[in-house]
Amino acid sequence: MFESLSTRLQDVFRNIRGEARLTEETVELALREIRMALLEADVNFKVVRAFIDRVRDRAVDQDVLKSLTPDQQVVRIVRDEMLALFGDAQGGLPTSAQRPRVIMLLGLQGSGKTTTSAKLGRWLAKQGRHPLLVSTDVRRPAAIEQLSMVGKQAGVKVYDPAGQLDPVARASGALVEAKNSGFDVVIVDTAGRLHIDDQLMGELQAIKGAVQPADQLFVADAMTGQDAIKSAGEFNRRIGVTGVVLTKMDGDARGGAALSVVSVVGVPIAFVGSGERLQDLEPFHADRVVSRVLGMGDVLSLIERAEEAVSQADAEKLEKKIRLDDFTLEDFRDQLRTIRKMGPLEQIIGMLPGMGAIKELKQQREQVDDKQLLRVEAIINSMTPKERRNHQLINGQRRKRIAKGSGTTVEEVNRLLKQFIQMKKMLKAMGGMAGLGKGKRPNLSALKGLMR
Amino acid sequence: MGFFDKIKKSLSRTKEQFVERFDEIVRGAEGPAERSRPVDLETLDALEEALISADVGVAAADRIVSAVRQRRTRGESLRDLVKGEILSILRAAEQPASNGKTPHVVLIVGVNGTGKTTTVGKLARFIKEAGKTPLICAADTFRAAAVEQLQVWATRAGVDFIRAKSGADPAAVVFDAIAAGKARGRDVVIVDTAGRLHTRVNLMAELEKIRRIASREIEGAPHEVLLVLDATVGQNGLNQAREFMGVAGVNGIVLTKLDGTAKGGIAVAIAHDLKLPIRYVGVGEGIDDLVPFSPEEYVNALFEEKW
Repeated sequence: MFESLSTRLQDVFRNIRGEARLTEETVELALREIRMALLEADVNFKVVRAFIDRVRDRAVDQDVLKSLTPDQQVVRIVRDEMLALFGDAQGGLPTSAQRPRVIMLLGLQGSGKTTTSAKLGRWLAKQGRHPLLVSTDVRRPAAIEQLSMVGKQAGVKVYDPAGQLDPVARASGALVEAKNSGFDVVIVDTAGRLHIDDQLMGELQAIKGAVQPADQLFVADAMTGQDAIKSAGEFNRRIGVTGVVLTKMDGDARGGAALSVVSVVGVPIAFVGSGERLQDLEPFHADRVVSRVLGMGDVLSLIERAEEAVSQADAEKLEKKIRLDDFTLEDFRDQLRTIRKMGPLEQIIGMLPGMGAIKELKQQREQVDDKQLLRVEAIINSMTPKERRNHQLINGQRRKRIAKGSGTTVEEVNRLLKQFIQMKKMLKAMGGMAGLGKGKRPNLSALKGLMR
Repeated sequence: MGFFDKIKKSLSRTKEQFVERFDEIVRGAEGPAERSRPVDLETLDALEEALISADVGVAAADRIVSAVRQRRTRGESLRDLVKGEILSILRAAEQPASNGKTPHVVLIVGVNGTGKTTTVGKLARFIKEAGKTPLICAADTFRAAAVEQLQVWATRAGVDFIRAKSGADPAAVVFDAIAAGKARGRDVVIVDTAGRLHTRVNLMAELEKIRRIASREIEGAPHEVLLVLDATVGQNGLNQAREFMGVAGVNGIVLTKLDGTAKGGIAVAIAHDLKLPIRYVGVGEGIDDLVPFSPEEYVNALFEEKW
């Protein structure tokens, strides 16, 4: 399976962890992984090349090289650059003065035009508009019936003059009907072709001339490969495209080709189709698609959550304590609470600095769950403040009391204490390392041992 | 028109883009002087890009490029090498179609919009032309007007078909169709299924059920499970093939819409990564535009002329 970009980058950077600083060669390795990931996501190779150059310029920056978490820094640069590709493009439809507003859907066969017509009709009706659907696809068997059926399901009126098989007449008929009956939007579904041919383009131009659409939406399958740019470009050149509707995004397609369409053809994405139900159409959000292209899922939002949970001041205080070998069970408990604040442990454990090697943790992860965290916290809660500040006080009698108080066993208390001592040693050792210098978040890798 | 001509015609666009680009790359690297030197990095990069832009995928492109990188020691022509590599990838995936009891059950599966219904119509026609007696089963009870669309194709193919009410259980329709196939003494039952994204667990489970029912009715059924792939599909085609193989037991690919501008390079990627053979190619909108796939002819057509 496709490895997510963040996992790949972690692999690259793990190998060189322990070296004092990152080198430009390592960055090149990382860039190669980024390139592969983008190509596997079907981003056009020309776009990839230009993109890699921009990321390189930023990634060799000294701050990134010296960072404790270079993998996350690089992933972030990649995301930022990718968001920049989209500019300020907003999803949805621009406002239009024209009434009735005509929306024409274009695209290759099987991209999902007919389904999108009905979904768009439903979406507009929800916005308080009164849409009218019309099919001009007289070619594909049962295409007109299909639109009538999905239109009915969507609760949107479909204009279907029986026996009328001229696409232009059907479209302009719908416009007249809309004007007469008070519909304020006309959605024109068109025929698809296997590829761009002159006959189809001629037909689309004729329909366009007859109904003067405000929007010409190009419907693109998120699973399309490198060819996407060509067909979108050709539709744009000959008919004009005002926006893209990205369909079948509920699968695991990364939609990289669609992203290329935006950056090469220069057309914004208006909507995303995310399911088979007629309500599954949403205005486009750049950040979601970007995360998806990169295969990052929610990792980035987790980074943000971690940053929210651990304030800069807390991190500095903790760092000082570690340096002075003053790290107590109380501090430890605070850390546990911080982790819980960020969300389910299973999700966040892989992204904590020093714990990023998800693969390595996979077997352990089953054993590490939130319940265990709670038990550990309960043990610490059952200690007296004095004991928490000085674990050496805790003798056999006290251990028994703590076990009873927390509903655990003496063995568990023993294990916790043993691991806490180990952790303290490790933290002391790490306190001398360069990485913790500038108020970076605390390295929690020792927690890993504690959870075993 | 034979396979070769059809493929050649439908690949003409592919060729315009792929072969011309490739010619350009090769021109600079084919002289006697160049042959004795290692291929320069620029040529390799250009070759990789040509392959990637044909949707061949990173892994398969890598294999082809590394074959080229080593070539100078052998003094081979760049063109023959690339051709040979693609061919051997496709050949390695070939396997004989399984022979079971009759009626031979063919299940057509795939994601939405790849051309399953159209393929069923064409395949019925193809089988009929071959002197056998097919029966079509309309098990797409989900998509609006799918049955109506299939009816048009069945009429064009001159083949009768078993249908069910919209929303009926597809497995029940398959059961009926197999029973009808047995009763009417048909050779082949072709089952059209609803399009489904390979990530939808429930819908994939439905395919499992169809398989179960079929295998209960006839030994070894479904004998062929063909995944219909749109030639324009990108690297997601690999995920599709992998998932459908796992759940539906796909054992062959039908590559449709090859008459588009797309190159169908994903077929090479799938043959390389998953060893899944391509069985048929859809090369046009007409009922006769489905032909059995042959790796030799595909590669020859792709690289033919000018060379």
